[in-house]
Amino acid sequence: MSAPRNYLTEDNRLRSWFFTTDHKRVAVLYFASITLFFFIGGAAATLIRLELINPQGHLVTSDVYNRLFTLHGVIMVWFFLIPSIPNTIGNFIVPLMIGARDLAFPRLNLASWYLFMAGGLTTLYAMFAGGVDTGWTFYTPFSTMYSNGYVVLAVTGVFIAGFSSILTGLNFIVTIHRLRVPGLTWYRLPLFLWSLYATSVILVLATPVLAMTLLLVALDRAFGIGIFDPARGGDPLLFQHLFWFYSHPAVYIMILPGMGVVSELIAVYSRKEVFGYKFVAWSAIAIAGVGFFVWGHHMFVSGQSPFAGLVFSFMSFIVAVPSAIKVFNWTATMHKGWIRYDAPMLYALGFIGLFTMGGLTGLFLACLAYDVYVTDTYFVVAHFHYIMVGGMVTAYFGGLHYWWPKITGRLYPEYWARAAAILIFFGFNMTFFPQFILGIEGMPRRYHVYPPEFQVWHVLSSAGASILAVAYALPLFYLGWSLFFGARAGANPWQATGLEWQTTSPPPKHNFEGTPIVKRKPYDFTVKGKARAQNA
Amino acid sequence: MDNWASPASSLWPSSETAHAHSVDILFFGLLASSLCVLVLLFFLLLRFAIHYREGNARADRDHRIKKSWQLETAWTAATFVAFLGLFVWGARLYLNLSGPPANAEIIYIVAKQWMWKVQHLGGQREINELHIPINRPVRLIMSSEDVIHSFFVPEFRVKHDVLPGTSEEIWFNARKAGVFHLFCAEYCGTDHSRMLGRIVAMREPEFEQWLGHQDTTGTMGAQGKALFIRLGCSGCHGGNGTVRAPVLDGLYGKRVPLSDGTFRIVDERYLRDSILKPRAEIAAGYEPLMPSYEGKISEDEIVKIVAYLKSLGGKDTQP
Repeated sequence: MSAPRNYLTEDNRLRSWFFTTDHKRVAVLYFASITLFFFIGGAAATLIRLELINPQGHLVTSDVYNRLFTLHGVIMVWFFLIPSIPNTIGNFIVPLMIGARDLAFPRLNLASWYLFMAGGLTTLYAMFAGGVDTGWTFYTPFSTMYSNGYVVLAVTGVFIAGFSSILTGLNFIVTIHRLRVPGLTWYRLPLFLWSLYATSVILVLATPVLAMTLLLVALDRAFGIGIFDPARGGDPLLFQHLFWFYSHPAVYIMILPGMGVVSELIAVYSRKEVFGYKFVAWSAIAIAGVGFFVWGHHMFVSGQSPFAGLVFSFMSFIVAVPSAIKVFNWTATMHKGWIRYDAPMLYALGFIGLFTMGGLTGLFLACLAYDVYVTDTYFVVAHFHYIMVGGMVTAYFGGLHYWWPKITGRLYPEYWARAAAILIFFGFNMTFFPQFILGIEGMPRRYHVYPPEFQVWHVLSSAGASILAVAYALPLFYLGWSLFFGARAGANPWQATGLEWQTTSPPPKHNFEGTPIVKRKPYDFTVKGKARAQNA
Repeated sequence: MDNWASPASSLWPSSETAHAHSVDILFFGLLASSLCVLVLLFFLLLRFAIHYREGNARADRDHRIKKSWQLETAWTAATFVAFLGLFVWGARLYLNLSGPPANAEIIYIVAKQWMWKVQHLGGQREINELHIPINRPVRLIMSSEDVIHSFFVPEFRVKHDVLPGTSEEIWFNARKAGVFHLFCAEYCGTDHSRMLGRIVAMREPEFEQWLGHQDTTGTMGAQGKALFIRLGCSGCHGGNGTVRAPVLDGLYGKRVPLSDGTFRIVDERYLRDSILKPRAEIAAGYEPLMPSYEGKISEDEIVKIVAYLKSLGGKDTQP
């Protein structure tokens, strides 16, 4: 094959991969790593769902069950969801979208992958050597004084991985500020970049608080400094404040990149510019900003003052407004468009539906008196899976398919991809919708055994999970197949407008021949069926 | 005891308090507003998705909406106003939960891995069962011996965390006799899912009868008084010791001046804190001499001493 040399074929010795500073190769390293973590976390979820078919839980002991949901949560949150879109798609696409040769700090980028792997393997070791039974939230004083798991090792792993997050955020912020090609003003940036920019700000500001909190947990557990121990003048609630000060913004770290991907997909497959571009762009910044002032909505029944509860409830309603704005604008974008239903668009539509469900049920939880009833029940479990899995993971798959031709130079098989998208949508709803009902019925979360009246919904949920498991495994096979047998993709198979589509697929090592110059807004699909590229 | 014998096997837990009923109405309010948005959105999505598909070249695509700010302002404002309404609704109902009525029956709860210990003021004890009278507010004063637990009764639509080192409260007023689930809702370790209990709501005469049939070793106040003497508290606080310490008669519910110039209402939490962290908030005019009882006194004992101090009179006096 006489394909031009690209970043994949440049040099294929092993050390050229492990010491690469090419953002595209680092992205590929991340793809491989988070796929591994996704399936480990998924395996734990599968065991949990199998276990819950029976109200008496005959498959594993309570201690094992508690370790399973902790493993699932810790791995999925810190080693899949948080790095998912930013470190894979973002790493690959950000420099291409702004016409740069690489990120601002290529070596820091590689370092952040090593930190991520060091953290991930440390945590994984803790999970398998003896397990951790605290839940992903590490609530004190249980985690510091009563848990009999490998808490210190697990939080050390998350602590290390946190620095990977910080470095990535820093890299993106500097890159987007400094490395845009001439003519690419802020309001000509694709919305994916606005989202990633907002995400990066949260990564840089919030992650240090997590690091500090986990350090205190480790010190308290290892040396008994007593900061969270009431018997020594400590305060267990302090932990919750610190933890959620990071972990609520972390929810936006997880969902904002998904919103960015969906903005791209809706525009490209409707062949229309995003409706209300500036509103969508600034709503990402608004979410990132206001998102720092809502952490107390995790603590309405924790014993914080009722007045704090009022403020946090109000702020939580406020932070939902910009999300609503995005949903309305995506819908308006489709109005009078030329809509195509390639697999990425199916994922994008799935995202809008599932994210809206997750967002609306978020209002139930922001609403004080109702939250008092359903907090710490399956309602919460269902709600955040609609956002994290129905939203974020769906957007990740949408983005993965959309940029797959650019990343690999091959087209994925369209029918398989559509089938997987549809199967994921139905499997997901079947898994998690029954959990809303369980919550409304009053079933508490993190229950290994449960009263039999809840069983029917658990069985339904587990049945859905088996469909979902198959659906999530499908892309592994057909995308793997397409790596070797897929049709060659041209530079721009979707007739999209972004700069990343102006270079060959896969891109050459330094991304562009010459420096592109941008002369127009993104998403300028003025000619039907053909895109006018941003630099045309 | 068979906790699995489900007291409420219907799909939807019955609402057994006036508050629970209001929460259900709030739920329907939230559900109705959400459905309005969902139906409108899904209708538009479907309509656009079908009508403006690429294959339908005949769809009118001229006169696309250009000026967007009017629409943006409109839907942002509408969303905001709707959210504000829901916020106020939920908040008002929530504030009802923070002030228990003065005539409430007080019952003490001590949670530990993995059981609920109950003590009535008369000294009657229960484990994983809580007998309550109906048509009378019940106020639970709750603390934990170890980790954080959460007291959750689905039929009452209330839940509150139970923390170590401090006391938290919850109250409700059951309308009908019956047996209801008590769940621990905050993950607390190995047997979290087995930390269950039953709420037995009884009519007043039957409740009094039940109380009368339980073995007790004196009321909580009497037991607390014995402890008060045994632990040496009365040596200083008894009024005739050599060390000058505040007299505690009639103290509960009063507003007392502190040495730092502020004031503090004497409530459950202040009494508890004064035993465990006596130097944190010193009553004005006294030397910080009292030793801490942290670690020297069990959760059950603290609860009894507090009950005794409250029985010494003051506002909302309890027998």
